[in-house]
Amino acid sequence: MTKTLLLSPQRLRIAEVLLWIALAGSFFLLPDHLTLMSQVLIFGLFAVSLDMALGYAGILTVGHAAFFGAGAYTAGLLARHGWGEPFSGLLAALLLCAVLGYALSYLVVRGSDLARLMITIGVCVLLAELVNRLSGITGGTDGLQGMQVWPVLGLFEFDLFGKTAFGYAFVVVLAMFLLVRLVLRSPFGLALRGIHDSRKRMLAVGSPVDARLRMAYAFSAAVAGVAGALLAQTTQFVGIESIGFNRSAEVLIILVLGGTGRLYGGMVGAIVYMLVHDWFADMNPQYWMFWLGIFLIAAVMLGRGGIMGVLSRRVRVQESGR
Amino acid sequence: MGIVIFDGVAYGMLLFLIGVGLSITMGLMNFVNLAHGTFAMVGGYAASVLMSRAGLGFFPALAAAFVAAALVGAVLEFLFYRRLYRAHPLDQVLLSIGIVFVSIAAFTWAFGPSMQPFTLPAVLQGQVSLAGLQVGRYRLFMIVAGALVLAALLLALGKTRYGAMVRAAVDNQRVAGGTGIHVQRLFFLTFTLGCGLAGLGGALSLGMLGLEPSFPLKYLVYFLIVVCVGGAGTITGPFVAALLVGIVDVAGKYYLPEAGAFLIYVFMIAMLLLRPHGIVPRKGLS
Repeated sequence: MTKTLLLSPQRLRIAEVLLWIALAGSFFLLPDHLTLMSQVLIFGLFAVSLDMALGYAGILTVGHAAFFGAGAYTAGLLARHGWGEPFSGLLAALLLCAVLGYALSYLVVRGSDLARLMITIGVCVLLAELVNRLSGITGGTDGLQGMQVWPVLGLFEFDLFGKTAFGYAFVVVLAMFLLVRLVLRSPFGLALRGIHDSRKRMLAVGSPVDARLRMAYAFSAAVAGVAGALLAQTTQFVGIESIGFNRSAEVLIILVLGGTGRLYGGMVGAIVYMLVHDWFADMNPQYWMFWLGIFLIAAVMLGRGGIMGVLSRRVRVQESGR
Repeated sequence: MGIVIFDGVAYGMLLFLIGVGLSITMGLMNFVNLAHGTFAMVGGYAASVLMSRAGLGFFPALAAAFVAAALVGAVLEFLFYRRLYRAHPLDQVLLSIGIVFVSIAAFTWAFGPSMQPFTLPAVLQGQVSLAGLQVGRYRLFMIVAGALVLAALLLALGKTRYGAMVRAAVDNQRVAGGTGIHVQRLFFLTFTLGCGLAGLGGALSLGMLGLEPSFPLKYLVYFLIVVCVGGAGTITGPFVAALLVGIVDVAGKYYLPEAGAFLIYVFMIAMLLLRPHGIVPRKGLS
């Protein structure tokens, strides 16, 4: 038996703050890797958004890149055609993906797991094919180029070293994360957790299960759209790979690595995944795929939970009121 | 018009051969298996390598493809799949994506990323005249093979003791187990058979789709469409769906080449809207 560490709720909050300070501190500690760190933050937010749908609401989806890509192309096309104000670009992506997610949720929520899987994969590959075919607008396989993103707040211009990009990404990701945290800890979030644990009982206590799931899916889609828009604005480029099955599988791997159904699972998973990926950047992509596959098989056979699952077995939080 | 339907039917037969095993896996075991294309790829590569390096004829190679895919399926079922029949669908999705990734990487490493070379045997080259239409012999052979497999499966499922056991387990697993049916062994045999058929389909696809290591991901959506639109757990459902998908896809490529694969995805979403449980729903679902 390994010893478990007992943490009080206050200390847990300190650990939470420390994680964010450490992420912010990479601005000074890793000035050469700011682009990588921005991507870590963005993929963390994307994984957190997937966790809302998959881990909390329990909607089996392997097509979340549809929203990530839709957000990226929204922000990208706005900036390409003369409106490069970053925050309104994010807002446009958020609104569009929320509407798209809410419309799709009617299809997604009512079916069985298999039907959900099909609809989500289907919509994702459909959008990818659409982007590929409309190459006059989206740039097709070459990606969307020529984005002009205006300075943040009219003050900070996006520079070559990614300083502004990192600061901007950090602030937006933190704000979105706090919003997600607030929503998940609200009565709405508790209802989601209840539906995840026992749908029948929640129906029996009179919770409008389908409406709650639809809201969760739309919210999750909106957050994914913001993550995509952030990536587009900070890199000033939208590649066709931001939408499609492989990106969806990648974010699923990030989430599983971190741990599903936990607030920080997506964030921690993104930190580990992106750093390891960067470490082995020279490796042949085929071998990278091989080890990812081995990791997935091992993760399933040895038990789910990811990094946060391992942590939660080592660290217990004292229950309040004792 | 006639040739479009003919080619579409041939393509549909291919999708049916590969997809029918997946339909049984999903219907019988409720296993969300995204790795089904891997078994088709194993069969295709087995046939291709045996023909080009060992000089085997086309028809023995088809049989070898069936055996190879069935063997790989049996091993994977024994090692991984059987532990996850009652697991959460997410675990099943993750496992099968893992298998797809490993297989793509392994096949690229072993055979290179390019498409496998393939020459049709002389018997199947050229065209024959059929009711006023000039049709390819290879496609005609595929339609005949698909129809034979369909007939054999329907007979096996409807008339034999094994088929009755499978039908019982699809309808209600617990009751089937209670009457003394060894459900686990039934799963194993059915899974192996489904993988073998996928391997056969993979070998036949050598001359039509072409085979490369990314095959399991490239056609994943097509296999899933066949099962979902048709109705998981049935034989006739995927058959009808595969023919529809084949005809729609080929017609799209003839008449609307700029739309590409777009048409087929729209078709799938429309079908799922109209019939959420498939064209031929399983008993107890409709």
